Amino acid sequence: MNAILNLASRLLPGLGRHDDVYAFNGGVHPPEHKAESNTRPIAKLNTPKILVLPLRQHVGHLPKVLVKVGDRVLKGQLLAEAEGTVSAAIHAPTSGTVAAIDEQVIPHPSGLPDTCITLSCDGLDEWTPLQSINWRLSDKKTLVDSLRLSGIVGLGGATFPSHIKLRSNTQAPIHTLIINAAECEPYITCDDMLMRERADEIVAGIEIVKHLLGVETCLIGIEDNKPAAGEAMKASCQKGQALVKVVPTLYPSGDARRLIHLLLDLEIPSDKRSTDLGVQVFNVATVLAIHRYFAFGEPSISRIVTVTGNVASPQNFEVLFGTPLADLIAAAGGAQDDTSHFIMGGPMMGFDLPSSQVPITKAANCIIAAKPDLFPAPPPAMPCIRCSRCAEACPVNLQPQELYWFAKSDNFEKARDYKLFDCIECGCCSYVCPSTIPLVQYYRYAKSEIIAADKAKEAADLARERNDFRLARIEREKLERAQKHAERSAANKTEASAQADTAKTTPSATPTDSAVSDKQAAIAAAIARAKAQKLANGSATAEPAVSKPAASKADTQATPADKQALITAAIERAKAAKLAAAQAGLAPKNTENISPSVQAQIKQTDAIREKARKLSESDTSDPDKG
Amino acid sequence: MNRSPYISNAPTVSTIMFKVLLALVPGIAAYAYVYGAGIVVSLVLATSTALITEAALLKLRQRPIQPYLMDLSAVVTAWLLALSLPALAPWWVVVVGTFFAIVIAKQLYGGLGYNPFNPAMVGYAVLLISFPLIMTKWPAPLSLVAQPLSWSEQLSFIFQQTLPASMTVDAISSATPLDYLKTQLMLNKNVPSISQAPIFGHFGGQGQEIVTTAYLLGGLYLLQQRIISWHLPTAFLLALSGMAGAFYLMDPSHYANPAFHIVSGASLLCAFFIITDPVSGPTTPKGKLYFAAGVGVLTYLIRVYGGYPDGVAFSVLIMNMCVPLIDALTQPRVFGHEK
Repeated sequence: MNAILNLASRLLPGLGRHDDVYAFNGGVHPPEHKAESNTRPIAKLNTPKILVLPLRQHVGHLPKVLVKVGDRVLKGQLLAEAEGTVSAAIHAPTSGTVAAIDEQVIPHPSGLPDTCITLSCDGLDEWTPLQSINWRLSDKKTLVDSLRLSGIVGLGGATFPSHIKLRSNTQAPIHTLIINAAECEPYITCDDMLMRERADEIVAGIEIVKHLLGVETCLIGIEDNKPAAGEAMKASCQKGQALVKVVPTLYPSGDARRLIHLLLDLEIPSDKRSTDLGVQVFNVATVLAIHRYFAFGEPSISRIVTVTGNVASPQNFEVLFGTPLADLIAAAGGAQDDTSHFIMGGPMMGFDLPSSQVPITKAANCIIAAKPDLFPAPPPAMPCIRCSRCAEACPVNLQPQELYWFAKSDNFEKARDYKLFDCIECGCCSYVCPSTIPLVQYYRYAKSEIIAADKAKEAADLARERNDFRLARIEREKLERAQKHAERSAANKTEASAQADTAKTTPSATPTDSAVSDKQAAIAAAIARAKAQKLANGSATAEPAVSKPAASKADTQATPADKQALITAAIERAKAAKLAAAQAGLAPKNTENISPSVQAQIKQTDAIREKARKLSESDTSDPDKG
Repeated sequence: MNRSPYISNAPTVSTIMFKVLLALVPGIAAYAYVYGAGIVVSLVLATSTALITEAALLKLRQRPIQPYLMDLSAVVTAWLLALSLPALAPWWVVVVGTFFAIVIAKQLYGGLGYNPFNPAMVGYAVLLISFPLIMTKWPAPLSLVAQPLSWSEQLSFIFQQTLPASMTVDAISSATPLDYLKTQLMLNKNVPSISQAPIFGHFGGQGQEIVTTAYLLGGLYLLQQRIISWHLPTAFLLALSGMAGAFYLMDPSHYANPAFHIVSGASLLCAFFIITDPVSGPTTPKGKLYFAAGVGVLTYLIRVYGGYPDGVAFSVLIMNMCVPLIDALTQPRVFGHEK
């Protein structure tokens, strides 16, 4: 029956439509498990004794730490400021003292420690003076610059600094703002609860973002498994600030490109961003944070986190960043005894947390207490039977079975050809695989290998260019040395001839003197010969001199064209050198590798030896003379 | 460390194969009803040979035996081969065919998931080439046999090739309608008069309609269970009936109508069970259409112009060879990319 419906929906594209939204290919519908955590209101978690604030809580550069150990800081005070374009600030979530700035375990898939600011809380919760900003009266650029100080990042999990997404772009003006409220991952309900409880504040945030982007159209995409949230948002949008669009519950509708496709029937090309086509996407929690920053001056110091899974009372909490996971778990009634570990994020794309002591960060939308019953270890993987269920489930229309084959056989070039890098790692393929192959892990592996290989290749190219440049430089210096030597020799020759003149004009010159001057004349002759040789070679020096700027350019720019020019120059140089050697004619063979100065020395020595030989001959031919 | 997704919702390979076996049951029942229970003996023989050879080869290849036997893929191969063979084929024919299917066509290529050719069809092709006479001697439908063989007589025929004294092989066997049609056409008879022969039923062979309907039921079940995609059977049946229809329209006296081709031979078994083997078939939706259409066209051409009564096995094997090419040429457009 499904197959027939499937066929029918393919033949009649309008059939499967849902509330005038469009559809994307593939997707899966796992059990939602949202009811566990969305029946209780959002609770505020008490301030813990210690907060651990990782510097790396966002995409981009690490912020610059402004405090030192022992400093007393107030709630909302800037602890680290954004450095570089893509970066986000970090603020003190409560008042207290900076206890340490060192490496601690952070919630990251790598499980590696990273720099954190540890705050010892004083329990006073004393605010730094806050200043609200009247965004309607301020210049947009000033507002966006000010947002850079807010520390607000995408709270849907992407943690991209928000101020960057709001910078004006004259090349591609934004025409549509999309608010991502799909929350398609199972278990997670933080956005759902936020919309139910704070819809007015979200809409206030939407107005600010619309103003900053200069857009009129705003669509809110909500999956149809959150009717209460949808109603709340509709009620708050009475004045037409935004249009609530209900999309079918189908993972991964919350992926930005999927949501844009669902709402606008717009396919963002693989090599472009949505902003290139005039669409900007913000998460609901992010726009709420933006509202609170402008309305009250509150920086980003907390977020809503869903705590669910194997805990006594699953619930959403408003949690200060840096709160140890254990405190949060305790607030949810504690984890059951058979809890094996904790997962951050949803079951489709989340990751295992290295310990229960890791801090809650800006990316932490959901914590799931896992137990073997809940997430049983998959059975050993069987061979791929090419059933192509993965291809049917892939929202990007990839061929996961082919990518798996290429990744497994380390055939990375093929994997790239089959658009491995378009994979969003949503996990739909693994979810439907009858052979329980950990497909996503294979793709992550292949991606990291390709990236590493690309980096290595880049480094090797750079090294090769550097070496080429070095060789060119050595050649150039050699020639310069030879040039200098030749000049010096020429100067010596002038001097020698001057001396010879002096000798001629001085009748009192002794035979010894004349012998010396003879020798000098021979030397001068040798030098002259060397100079002639050098001149012959000199015609060849023109080429390397030309290639010099090309070589230095290649070093800085490293474009293929420059590299080509460098290679051509090297070939020309070699040809010229051979030509020069041939032109020299009488020059001894195999002297290309001997520098002209050395050649000159050899000739000089030869000349002396010749002279000595002649002298000795004349000596032996006239024994009486001695 | 990171092993998301943590959840999964997929039938295991064993479940898929089990459902395929289940879908074959109506076909087997119909087959036994029309041609006699001898088919059950072939099925048992093929199944045991498949499991034993599979286990032996897994052991030789130092692979875990239990999970691979439990995937039931060897049983599916065995059943498909047995159903392609004449019901009363000698026991050693079944064993040799299954041996080739499992050992040569499957395990020597790396086992499940690695065989480029449909193992059952390799087994069938080997038998057809090696023992053409046995392979074309089909039991006559029971309705046409004056005195059907008893259960024990069938067994002794399968294992010892002996018949009760009063009977001859010709009395219990007949050419298939496809074969009969081909030979009669060579004698310059026309289709309408040939199809008056007793072995013809309403559309195809006597009783073939029942078997075909049973396979169709099984196939619809597999479609409903989303074990197979609609592309393969649809394209195959359209191509086969399209070819047959075109030729039939050109000369109805010389070419059988499309319904005859759909009902005859292994058409429906092929449409729902043979070309739907995922391992040796293409994976892209478009590729599936081309592959199945290719099998349909070739099947028709071999039936009409070839030297063998049915063309399914060779068509499938030929199209199996084209699968890498088909897959490469039919890659769907990736989201966000131009074609």
